[in-house]
Amino acid sequence: MTLGTTVTPLSSYRNETPYPFCPGCGHGPILDHLNAALVKLALDPRQVVLVSDIGCSGLSDQYFATSAFHGLHGRSITYATGIKLARPDLKVIVVMGDGGTGIGGAHLLSAARRNIGVTVLVFNNFNFGMTGGQHSTTTPQGAVTSTTPGGNLERPLDICATVAANGAGFVWRGTSFDKDLADRIAEAVRAECFALLDIWELCTAYFVASNQASRKTLATTLDQLGLKAGLLHREEYPEYSAAYRAESERVRGKALAGPRALEPRFRATLDRPFRLVIAGSAGGKVRSAARLVAEAAMLSGLWAAQRDDYPITVKTGHSLSELVLAPTEIRYTGVTRPDAMIVVSDEGLAKCGRQLAAMTAEDRLFALPAFASAKTKARVTTIDPTRSTLKIGGGRLVLYCATLALRELGFLPIEALEAAATRNPEFADENLATIGAALAAGTG
Amino acid sequence: MREFIDGSTAIVRGALDAGCTFFAGYPITPASPILMHILRELPKVGGVAIQAEDEIASIGMCIGATLSGSRAMTATSGPGLSLYSENIGLAIMGEVPLVIVDVQRLGPATGGATTVGQGDVQFVRWGTGGGYPVIALAPSTVAECYSLTRRAFDLAERFRCPVFLLTDKELDMTSVTVETESYERPPVRARAVLAAPVARAAPVAGAAPVASATRGANAAPAVIANPPPYRYEPADGVSPLAQYGGDVLVRFTGSTHDERALITKAPSKVAALNEHLRAKIEQHADEIELVELDQDSGARTLLVSYGVTAGAMHEAVARLRAAGRAVSALVVKSLWPVPERALRTALLDVDRVVVGELNHGQYRREVERLAPGLEVRGVNRVDGELITPEQFMEAAR
Ligand SMILES: Cc1ncc(C[n+]2csc(CCOP(=O)(O)OP(=O)(O)O)c2C)c(N)n1
Ligand code: SF4
Ligand SMILES: [Mg+2]
Repeated sequence: MTLGTTVTPLSSYRNETPYPFCPGCGHGPILDHLNAALVKLALDPRQVVLVSDIGCSGLSDQYFATSAFHGLHGRSITYATGIKLARPDLKVIVVMGDGGTGIGGAHLLSAARRNIGVTVLVFNNFNFGMTGGQHSTTTPQGAVTSTTPGGNLERPLDICATVAANGAGFVWRGTSFDKDLADRIAEAVRAECFALLDIWELCTAYFVASNQASRKTLATTLDQLGLKAGLLHREEYPEYSAAYRAESERVRGKALAGPRALEPRFRATLDRPFRLVIAGSAGGKVRSAARLVAEAAMLSGLWAAQRDDYPITVKTGHSLSELVLAPTEIRYTGVTRPDAMIVVSDEGLAKCGRQLAAMTAEDRLFALPAFASAKTKARVTTIDPTRSTLKIGGGRLVLYCATLALRELGFLPIEALEAAATRNPEFADENLATIGAALAAGTG
Repeated sequence: MREFIDGSTAIVRGALDAGCTFFAGYPITPASPILMHILRELPKVGGVAIQAEDEIASIGMCIGATLSGSRAMTATSGPGLSLYSENIGLAIMGEVPLVIVDVQRLGPATGGATTVGQGDVQFVRWGTGGGYPVIALAPSTVAECYSLTRRAFDLAERFRCPVFLLTDKELDMTSVTVETESYERPPVRARAVLAAPVARAAPVAGAAPVASATRGANAAPAVIANPPPYRYEPADGVSPLAQYGGDVLVRFTGSTHDERALITKAPSKVAALNEHLRAKIEQHADEIELVELDQDSGARTLLVSYGVTAGAMHEAVARLRAAGRAVSALVVKSLWPVPERALRTALLDVDRVVVGELNHGQYRREVERLAPGLEVRGVNRVDGELITPEQFMEAAR
């Protein structure tokens, strides 16, 4: 065989090493069927990734001459998903025990809901073989295991019904004794969808020993639980990695979000860092108004920093923006004592009491009439929007106040604020009207 | 040219410029902006970004994607990092290049979701079982969020391991002016990929034989010649990454394995693997070391800091010097492995060291261990506020 050529078909995808399983364990026969399925599919073994979970079933991948991934307990589906997303052309087959369906339940559900094109073989022997026969999500009620000495009190998980109801494209149940298992595995691998095979089998070391289980009792348990075997669900709808790529095509090649230049066109007269705090309420456009002030500063050759503070429930409570504007690079962005503060709401005021208290007579407070008597040594300037001929609603209030504050402070030309306010054409008219109204009405 | 940008945006840009093609994450403040931003960017370059069902799946998908040829990144905060823990171990064991951004917030548990903290410093170092070395970088400015993300991608490939980018809420969510010319662009190396030998296939050590002896009746065994995917000779060497879907068979495992990735308990092989995982990083600490030392001649006091806290330290240094005080300052940008060589150099000729950090003194202990006989003071804060320049100045008095 020459490298680089396709090595299919192989007569066997097994290597020479004998399986490590206990005599009579169902894992070996299932793996033989998996091998037969791969032979039937005649896949290039390098295009097949066998992702094994942890457990006796997780030992499987070492006995195959395909590519393999052996990771953490319950997480095999996450690795398989990453592989499929990165390389949708690969055939990704997960081998996991019933144990993995418990600890990795969230992944099983999510993979089904995505209909991600991986094949999951559940080696379902109703207990944790590797760790000593403890009960699992699929242990039938009443069954004795090393952790249910009086019989299992929990109801078993119907894996097939769960994934079928939640988006899996192919769902099949059977046993390790089924003659057609290889064919069903081949079908599942061929299907471009999330395909799951719930394969019931015997753990001779534990479950068989504690419950007199046998090939026969597999069938009676099925009946007792009212479950069906065979192909239980088949549905054609877009596989996730294909759907993702189709969706991506719409933006493919579009420009990445690069820097948006803010080149100085105006001149500021500031010779030291200036700290301005805007205190308002959620939904009051505090952050966007603060951003306009920062951009105006940058358009005037200053450096700026903006730190926002708001509750995690963004549409309620305070909204605070702390701005540092400086003639040189700003390394420290904290604001303990603001040089100026704009207060437009109760919630804002309540949040910045400490900063207000730290302010001195050299500092300035710009406040709506309702907050003009706030406890502070700062010089207070009242801003009364009712003086404006334009109705200043909640969305305009902060920019209105910031305009007047900047005019009073005098280190930034108002033209810079206007330039910043028109950068986004969507809001340009509204912003300019607000700034104009503020300048016309003035403080007081 | 100047722009107004936050650390999250800079990290995403750094990742894209470094060739990142895969991202999986789970929303958590203050790391969500990275997820939301990169989700819009990666499809433009043919990459994949996904919101996973939880943090365990996030890092799991990243590991799977990396082995399938992607360059992957994930981002979270303390609570999510806890869920990464086991898979961090898997990435160390399986030698998976991966960038993990931890945008620190105040802990423990839910702590202060929108509150700054630097409490994960020792957590990233010891955050998984086994106790193996990791690499962690800590940007101290938004511009460094960009450059150190690039560097993290480079180091991940160089050492085939997860690399942490340790940032915080303030750095990632505060917008600042950045001179775009000031972005450093450290080179990001191409991945070394394991390829099949060019010559005709012959069974070699590590070959995965596809035998038919016990199975099919008349087929001759086919052999895909694979160099071993994990090479431990020399112990500090790093082998090229075997990727799925290429021209070699790939065997990956989180179990203790030999050079061919087969599970082993042979003490000599086990020891060789574990020594390799240690040596490949610890013996190359000098390659990873990254600090900014601002030495003042005659200074007997050294201020040490990292991350966002370095900003206040710089301010303090400027004010102390303006007042005529000689003082030196060190910003540690590669927290792990501890840049011992640089720290020792900075500690020469000083009597007193001040370590400022937003935790109870997690990095101070690393400095103390290198500064026997020196007075080591901590400036610490865990009230959700930044350390102020005045606190540094007070400690330096
Ligand atoms: C996080 C974690 N918890 C626990 C274990 C221990 N463990 C190993 S295998 C296993 C259960 C295996 O049961 P199953 O998946 O049914 O596989 P089987 O052995 O029956 O084939 C457990 C709990 C582990 N490896 N990882
Ligand atoms: S313990 Fe059970 S599952 Fe494991 S090999 Fe033995 S029989 Fe099979
Ligand atoms: Mg089991």
